[in-house]
Amino acid sequence: MTELSAHLPQFQHGQLTENFPDNHLSNTNDNSERRRHDNSERRRNDNPESEINGQPQNNIQQVVEQDEEEDEELTLKYGAKHVIMLFVPVTLCMVVVVATIKSVSFYTRKDGQLIYTPFTEETETVGQRALNSILNAAIMISVIIVMTILLVVLYKYRCYKVIHGWLIISSLLLLFFFSFIYLGEVFKTYNVAMDYITLALMIWNFGVVGMICIHWKGPLRLQQAYLIMISALMALVFIKYLPEWTAWLILAVISVYDLVAVLCPKGPLRMLVETAQERNETLFPALIYSSTMVWLVNMAEEDPEAQRKASKNSTYDKQALANQAQNEDAEADDGGFSREWQQQRDSRIGPIESTPESRAAVQALPSNSQTSEDPEERGVKLGLGDFIFYSVLVGKASATASGDWNTTLACFVAILIGLCLTLLLLAIFKKALPALPISITFGLVFYFATDNLVQPFMDQLAFHQFYI
Amino acid sequence: TIARDPLRIIILIAGAFFWLVSLLLSSLIWFIAVKASDPNDEPLQKGLLIFGVMFSVLLQEAFRFLYYKLLRKAIEGLVALSEDGCSPISIQQMAYVAGVGFGLMSGAFSMINLLADALGPGTVGIYGDSQLYFLTSAFMTMVLIFLHTFWGILFFHGCENRRWWEIAAVVVMHLAVSGSTFCNPLYVGSLVPSYMLMAIAATWAYLLSGGSAQNVRRFLLCKSCSVTGTWYLAGLVPSGLPGRSWVSAGGHRVVSVGG
Repeated sequence: MTELSAHLPQFQHGQLTENFPDNHLSNTNDNSERRRHDNSERRRNDNPESEINGQPQNNIQQVVEQDEEEDEELTLKYGAKHVIMLFVPVTLCMVVVVATIKSVSFYTRKDGQLIYTPFTEETETVGQRALNSILNAAIMISVIIVMTILLVVLYKYRCYKVIHGWLIISSLLLLFFFSFIYLGEVFKTYNVAMDYITLALMIWNFGVVGMICIHWKGPLRLQQAYLIMISALMALVFIKYLPEWTAWLILAVISVYDLVAVLCPKGPLRMLVETAQERNETLFPALIYSSTMVWLVNMAEEDPEAQRKASKNSTYDKQALANQAQNEDAEADDGGFSREWQQQRDSRIGPIESTPESRAAVQALPSNSQTSEDPEERGVKLGLGDFIFYSVLVGKASATASGDWNTTLACFVAILIGLCLTLLLLAIFKKALPALPISITFGLVFYFATDNLVQPFMDQLAFHQFYI
Repeated sequence: TIARDPLRIIILIAGAFFWLVSLLLSSLIWFIAVKASDPNDEPLQKGLLIFGVMFSVLLQEAFRFLYYKLLRKAIEGLVALSEDGCSPISIQQMAYVAGVGFGLMSGAFSMINLLADALGPGTVGIYGDSQLYFLTSAFMTMVLIFLHTFWGILFFHGCENRRWWEIAAVVVMHLAVSGSTFCNPLYVGSLVPSYMLMAIAATWAYLLSGGSAQNVRRFLLCKSCSVTGTWYLAGLVPSGLPGRSWVSAGGHRVVSVGG
């Protein structure tokens, strides 16, 4: 089956905050972007570059209609695998955050607030506290909205250099400064003595490799690991510096904003997605977690297995891979996710011998397609902002809940189920969707319900040792 | 057996979610009841707690039924989507995974705070309570997790074949197990019946899944070829076909080995 899959790059919304040093700490919030899910979509006819694969144009036309029905089956069939590929990093991020919160007391100590949340919550009356937290949330959300609009404007007017510079500065700060603080606190907790020279070496290596992996090329797993780590670091900063009610309010408002920004026709994120689609580009790798790399695929004429288009994203590509769909590969389901991992190792080494004759001609193309601008992704993408906010929810649950582990577990399951449902909707609607609303709603509902309702019940049961 | 297949992981998490929702609703009811009553009246509180437990058990089984309905619909969807017209996962496997999901969540909720506390300093039973608190909690949790797994299989089988008495048996067993915990800290009264019920449920579920005493014997005796033994245990018999393939006793489910 010939499959023309075109990449519809999905975009995230960048929350960017400038680096304002305050009296305790200079906090830079990274560009955490919202998520859009990308599903492998087919581009219909509007991209002339789709012919670079060597397929004659008329073939493409015929195949397009045939693919319409099969595409839906495929996307839903691969759905389970995609879901798991997102479950794992989200779980890892949450685990890191919860582990840190439980062991390192630094992140649960109140050491002041960010400059974006100027109103304190240590007030005399409940009403005052509520008002302050509403104001804090409002300020934070407006900062986020302004940053998003700024990002969209910059993107629209093609000020790529500015955006790049911005991203590089934020990831620099995150990778070096925040991880330095994190490491320092972990050492303090476990009473490990460390000299500055070793520390400098470690942080330097960590940071430089991180910068390379995220902004340039690197092994997929390493890039994913780094993205998870910076999301966790960012989430920890939020957990530490956002006061209670403000944090919950911000979570709620942000999921509403995400919904609005992605789905409304005039929403900034939607405009970002559409602009990127028009320009046929993918979005900044520093802001999105993708479950698979951009890889080169070769098209073949008659191949019972899934065939994919050769494409490469020149700017943001981490690795250009030559991926041949192997006939004998019984697990077409893997869709190249694991396959392309293998391909990473032997990318240009021996593509020829494993391919059938019919594709030999097509193999000559890769040299051309190296310069093609069509990225092709068959994976799901989740914005780092979503990672961050999921982890903030679970981290806050573990930090400040009376039910402690029960609440944490409940929020964790709720978020995963929300993610599942969102991916299901993605498979049905096949366009960029906000990842936050469903998961955060479930998470919030379960947090408050578990903390206030289930916890006393379980307490009583455990006290009497009754089992339900 | 579950972590390998992404579909099963999703069913597992969804099962855990359903259990959680049932717990939430039942604790809501209990909470309302408690708030509406006198907090100083000890027997009343205990009575309310018992009522809460029973209600929670019933609600859990109700949610198990709802989950069964959802999975039925999902199977139809999967069949429609698959290439060869049969679902990648059978209802029995789903029953198993759903049971494990329920069990894991129930066990986690019962044990995890205890475990966290166990890491810290303290003495067990310092105020005259039982010193075996942790141990018995652990055993009870374990038996409950197993039971949930078996109940899942039994329940779904009952729903599939419309044998209402099987479903009723599961509900009664659950009520019995929970009820037996009411005699804690007289642990004999709770642990022993629970383990016996677990053994009954285990054999019943095993028989329903296609096993038989013959298979167990062959499995235990055929130590030289463990793979063969496993196939025997799974209820398959060697088929006459070449290439070392196995069919199940009923004729369905063929496994090809080697080939």
